[in-house]
Amino acid sequence: MSFELILFYMFAAVLTVAALGVITVKNSVHAALLLVLSFFTASALWLLLQAEFLAVALVLVYVGAVMVLFLFVVMMLDIKAESVREGFVRYLPVGALVAAAMLVEMLALIGVKSLAAQALPVDPAAGENTAWLGKALFGRFLLPFEVAAVILTVALIAAVTLTLRHRVGVKSQNPSGQVAVKPSERIRIVKMESVNKGAPTA
Amino acid sequence: MLSNFFHSWVHDPLVSTFGVGGLVVWLVLCILAIAVPVILSVALYVWWERKVLGWMHVRMGPNSVGPAGLAQTFADVFKLLLKEYFMPQSASKFLFVVAPLIALVPAFAAWAVVPFDDKAVLADVNAGLLYLLAMTSLGVYGIILAGWSSNSKYAMLGAMRSAAQVVSYEIAMGMALVGVLICAGSLNLSEIVRAQSGNWGIFNGFWLPLFPLFIIYFISGVAETNRAPFDVAEGESEIVAGFHVEYSGAPFAVFFLTEYANMILISFLASVLFLGGWNSIFPVAVPVLGAPGWWWLFVKAFGFAFLYLWFRAAFPRYRYDQIMRLGWKVFVPITIVWVLVAGCLVYFNIVGPGKV
Repeated sequence: MSFELILFYMFAAVLTVAALGVITVKNSVHAALLLVLSFFTASALWLLLQAEFLAVALVLVYVGAVMVLFLFVVMMLDIKAESVREGFVRYLPVGALVAAAMLVEMLALIGVKSLAAQALPVDPAAGENTAWLGKALFGRFLLPFEVAAVILTVALIAAVTLTLRHRVGVKSQNPSGQVAVKPSERIRIVKMESVNKGAPTA
Repeated sequence: MLSNFFHSWVHDPLVSTFGVGGLVVWLVLCILAIAVPVILSVALYVWWERKVLGWMHVRMGPNSVGPAGLAQTFADVFKLLLKEYFMPQSASKFLFVVAPLIALVPAFAAWAVVPFDDKAVLADVNAGLLYLLAMTSLGVYGIILAGWSSNSKYAMLGAMRSAAQVVSYEIAMGMALVGVLICAGSLNLSEIVRAQSGNWGIFNGFWLPLFPLFIIYFISGVAETNRAPFDVAEGESEIVAGFHVEYSGAPFAVFFLTEYANMILISFLASVLFLGGWNSIFPVAVPVLGAPGWWWLFVKAFGFAFLYLWFRAAFPRYRYDQIMRLGWKVFVPITIVWVLVAGCLVYFNIVGPGKV
């Protein structure tokens, strides 16, 4: 067994255990952290495949940004473990059905495709696969890439407009206005003659 | 290259002569050759900070322990290490212990790709810049976990502020790095430094064409390391000590070490990415002074490290909403525009690898 294969099985085992932990541990913060661990080991697996850009991007985007916000929300909510597990048995059949459907879809898409696919004689992304990905995305696949970007932007704006509430009567400071303030708006210096020059009387 | 580095283990000449054990020993020695100086420079940096702050406040700073107070930080370190170590009774035990280590690991791991001189780099990976971004974004986990596991309101508030701040400034920082990689045409840090070499000394650096990105990168770096004026995560006047309020003794020392190691790292990175790294600040034609070498990188990094201290002495702490405004409404738009400018500069051959 080669060194790489040993590493693969190690990472795969950690990934599976962590992924199982995500849905079984009681504490939701621990679950989020286990999800971080599974992202991390998945990125290690990609690194074994020499997909360095994907590996680092996974850590950068999911571990570095998405999961931080996730943890942020989970910590703020302070979810009680009991209330989360309440409908476990009731929803189990539906969950199992969805999981089975997803498994079939994945097998049909990836499994069947991989049976029919033939390995490329030369790895086009060998060496600098960041540069290769860039050339592919901004050359051959420019239109789909831009369409995906537009869709994501639309989704982002939609999410903001759906959740943004303008409440009236809220007192808040406006930092932009505070930064732009000039001394002349805040203080008025009055020049005046000094009066009562003589010594005070009585 | 990251993956090739991984794969080449087996075919390394060291392995054929000394076996796998020899390679492991060699790698550990290399890592220690970077980590130990970093730890020592943290100690000296703390001393220097207290001295500089002292001078700026018109006082002496540490001056009693050792020559010029140099042994003060070492005395403090031993005090911290020997102090009793408390853990709050209702803390999440495992995470409370692990949090300082999670903060420490990325702070040191990022040093693996920093090029100190031509070919003087531990891992000359192709995706070096991405790796750096990933590592700097991982540091926030230590802070968040410390805040949450302490089961204290102050710690929790500090962690929340820190998480929001780091995530916001990471975007500006990432966009600034995008400008650099457009100009250099590579993600490899050594290549980025080489792209800044030329006949004009310091004026070959990317700070000139990417001036707004350079300023934004360093300010975002200050925000990422939770230093003044962006230190709301540990704002003493509001939330006692923020995320590490429940930490004492050695774990606190680890947080301290992490913060300063990160500051030194950002100083080095700003020099590498924008000021030409190991290239001399003088034109190559100047005798002796024009020669490139690691000392130039250290001089530049020292300058940035000094700026950190200057900021701390000069600026009052930002309010939380001001921080968010600066990050989202000022820095992010400027960086997006300047990435376009950088693209045009490269497209019209004004800046780029191989230009004078």
